[in-house]
Amino acid sequence: MKSLGKRLLAGPYLIWMLLFTIVPLLLLVYNAFTTADGSFTVANVAAILDPVNGKPFLRSIGMSVIVTVICLVLSFPLALILRKYSSSKNSFIVLVFILPMWMNFMLRTLAWRLILLNNGLLNHILTSVGLGEVHLMNTIWAVILGTVYDYLPFMVLPIYNALAKIDDDVIHAAQDLGAGQMTILRRIIIPLSVPGIVSGITMVMVPSVSEFVIASMLGGGKVYLIGNVIEQAFNSGYADIHAGSGLSLSLMVLILISMVIYRIFEGEEGESSLW
Amino acid sequence: MAKKLIDLVDITKSYGDKVILDNLNLYLNENRFLTILGPSGCGKTTTLRILGGFETPDKGRVIFEGEDITMLPPNERQVNTVFQKYALFTHMNIEENIAFGLKIKNKSKSYIRDKVKYALKLVNLDGYEKRMPDSLSGGQQQRIAIARAIVNEPRVLLLDEPLGALDLKLRQDMQYELIRLKNELGITFVYVTHDQEEALTMSDTIVVMNQGYIQQIGTPEDIYNEPQNAFVADFIGESNIIGSTMIEDRLVEILGTRFECVDEGFGNDQPVDVVIRPEDIVLTDPAKGIIKGRVTSAIFKGVHYEMEVQANGFEWLVHSTVLKEPGSEVGIWVDPFNIQIMHKPESEDEEQEHVEEL
Amino acid sequence: MVRKRAVDALSKSYLAISLILLYLPILILIISSFNASPRNKAVWGGFSLEGYGRLFQNDMIMQALGTTLALAAGAAFVSTVLGTMACIGMLGMKKRARTWVMGVTNIPMLNADIVTGVALMLLFSRFVDLSFLTMLIAHITLIIPYVVLCVQPKVMHMNMSTYEAALDLGASPGYAFWKVVLPELMPGVVAGFMLSFTMSLDDFSVTYFTKAPGIHTMSTMINAEYRKGIQTELYALSTIVFLLVLLVLFLMNRKAWLRMKKINNRKGDS
Repeated sequence: MKSLGKRLLAGPYLIWMLLFTIVPLLLLVYNAFTTADGSFTVANVAAILDPVNGKPFLRSIGMSVIVTVICLVLSFPLALILRKYSSSKNSFIVLVFILPMWMNFMLRTLAWRLILLNNGLLNHILTSVGLGEVHLMNTIWAVILGTVYDYLPFMVLPIYNALAKIDDDVIHAAQDLGAGQMTILRRIIIPLSVPGIVSGITMVMVPSVSEFVIASMLGGGKVYLIGNVIEQAFNSGYADIHAGSGLSLSLMVLILISMVIYRIFEGEEGESSLW
Repeated sequence: MAKKLIDLVDITKSYGDKVILDNLNLYLNENRFLTILGPSGCGKTTTLRILGGFETPDKGRVIFEGEDITMLPPNERQVNTVFQKYALFTHMNIEENIAFGLKIKNKSKSYIRDKVKYALKLVNLDGYEKRMPDSLSGGQQQRIAIARAIVNEPRVLLLDEPLGALDLKLRQDMQYELIRLKNELGITFVYVTHDQEEALTMSDTIVVMNQGYIQQIGTPEDIYNEPQNAFVADFIGESNIIGSTMIEDRLVEILGTRFECVDEGFGNDQPVDVVIRPEDIVLTDPAKGIIKGRVTSAIFKGVHYEMEVQANGFEWLVHSTVLKEPGSEVGIWVDPFNIQIMHKPESEDEEQEHVEEL
Repeated sequence: MVRKRAVDALSKSYLAISLILLYLPILILIISSFNASPRNKAVWGGFSLEGYGRLFQNDMIMQALGTTLALAAGAAFVSTVLGTMACIGMLGMKKRARTWVMGVTNIPMLNADIVTGVALMLLFSRFVDLSFLTMLIAHITLIIPYVVLCVQPKVMHMNMSTYEAALDLGASPGYAFWKVVLPELMPGVVAGFMLSFTMSLDDFSVTYFTKAPGIHTMSTMINAEYRKGIQTELYALSTIVFLLVLLVLFLMNRKAWLRMKKINNRKGDS
């Protein structure tokens, strides 16, 4: 294999990752710890403790936890059912679940706008059957709804993949040894699907904690998340890349820390298995 | 006297329009080593899965000590299974694997600990409690799968080709291991395999199956020495199967020459199949044989020579420790006791199917 | 038996409800694309194809569509090539080095998109002008880990002896790679390409921070324009995108269906 596995082949990739992943992050760190005139400061990073930034930060964390929990609760039974109705030869039903993911997520979010707007479809239906209007639009609940909808497949698929790997005979063996349905679920199926759950949670939590565009489309500027704060710091009239970098770094460190805690908590490294 | 333990009555099972088992009847006695032997697709695994409760038959009943358990789920049967690819729980260590069934039955901690220890000793893996399944070899995983099943003290242990994934040496060791286990535990083993040697080595009783039908039930000696039809004869060991005519009781005409035999009751001038095992043919001086032939090839096989002898227009397969050089003239002699007479298959079709299957 | 049937019914309804909720928003987009009522989206104002007409005359949308596809195709191609090379290269590495490479690979995946986008913007704005090229680089950086993730397991589980057998039969290493190794990796490579293509199509955050002024992808264009009275065009676009996806799915599955039928016909018990 020596002649095939030439390490040099990995060269371009490593250079790429160095140039466009490592260097930009270092640059981010540099900017986070300097002022406009280049002197050292911790103010940009410490700014996360300022309620102006801290509140959206906590709101983001809270929202992403809620979104992740909802996704997990909805996905696990769904993945179980998908495992039941699909086989290795027939993954059509699984494909049907991936399909909406191939639509641009901005378009999908636009659809929810259409439904949730105050003069939108939901209220139209509610009033026409005699129920009062609900004003979900521009609330955190609309943002949560849209985020769950967008990221649900990222939870379903890894869990389904983990479940699909469980040999039927393993379940039969548990049954054979006297286990009922609940015991099988608790002692066999859930423990064996942990790698899928781990990567599902990661894949939903990370993007939803930094979400800002769904918040602006469905939250109408009234739901202000850390992503919106960072975006404003870079792209508004009072752009300050140092402040923005500081907040970005805080967000990154938060994700990093929770990831490390999470992985330690889960024991060994959970294989991420999206597809 | 052996007691009847499980009775399969009129079992029929099909998948789609493919009939896997057709009106199968079979019973198991207590404390027996029963092997279901047959080529792949013969329905042997399905039979086992019906015993285990993983399949429900379309028709028929499974009776366990007089009680109908056809619809009873696997977790309520006094039967445990050792699966083909072991099906160990990879997220649990060996101890947790073996203790799985006992914990469900709410056995005490000390009872479980003793049982696990005992089971590991039984399969010669003492001290493996804390290892993970993935760190064990195939043979060791297989032993754990057996230990996991037997700690539950099942009345019947079902084994689905458990040695299929092991290499030859290990397989032979495990065969003796299984016989020892069965004798120590005193429970019934139902063993499914396509390997005739395994079946002959371990079993008290062999059930030969093909195409969803039972071809023959008997002791290994019965099956080997007195196959009831060409399929069994061909599937078990090597044999010369020759279409012949039964002239009268104790006299059969094989390839134009009359041979004495010991079978009776086939009628006069009836077409039959004759089975002669290669090791039962004695090569003599041409003058002393019943028929004359010429050796066309001889291969050294270790224990014996395998020779082919052309005689009366038929290629006879002969096993003998005495070499006759290719080209030499020989006589063929067979003890009348070693000529096995069988009825012809019912139809040409049936015979055709057997050939295809092999 | 009764319980089993109840569980079965329950799981089927759960599946059905999930599917309905999943597709309902898309269905609403499709219906709205034919709605003639310009102001109130919830009221059916009659059937009209006007949205589609205006869609194709809208240069901004058409350009954004072109940019998105070019970006996705280019980024997916480059990252598939680089990623596959990297996976094969990793074979020659020691386990430790490989762990490091996989660690670096995980960074853009585990990092929030917004941070990746911001960091890349800091790099680009310091050294070059933002352009289509910087967007391309940003997209490649974002999606390349997905290629590695798809191809790597295939490389690791590859049957080495087929490559050696090819050499044994007189093939040059290059020939053996093209004719034996690559075909074996192909499912992973194709999956990697598809996944990275999708990821690029769907990206908003990274594009948003690295895009050149005047160039839009679908996502950034929608973000900039969705309030400005081009909704019907966007709904029409959604419908077309969805139909295209359906078509691709159908074409991909037709083969799978045919193969499945064959397998089923040959299937027996064991």
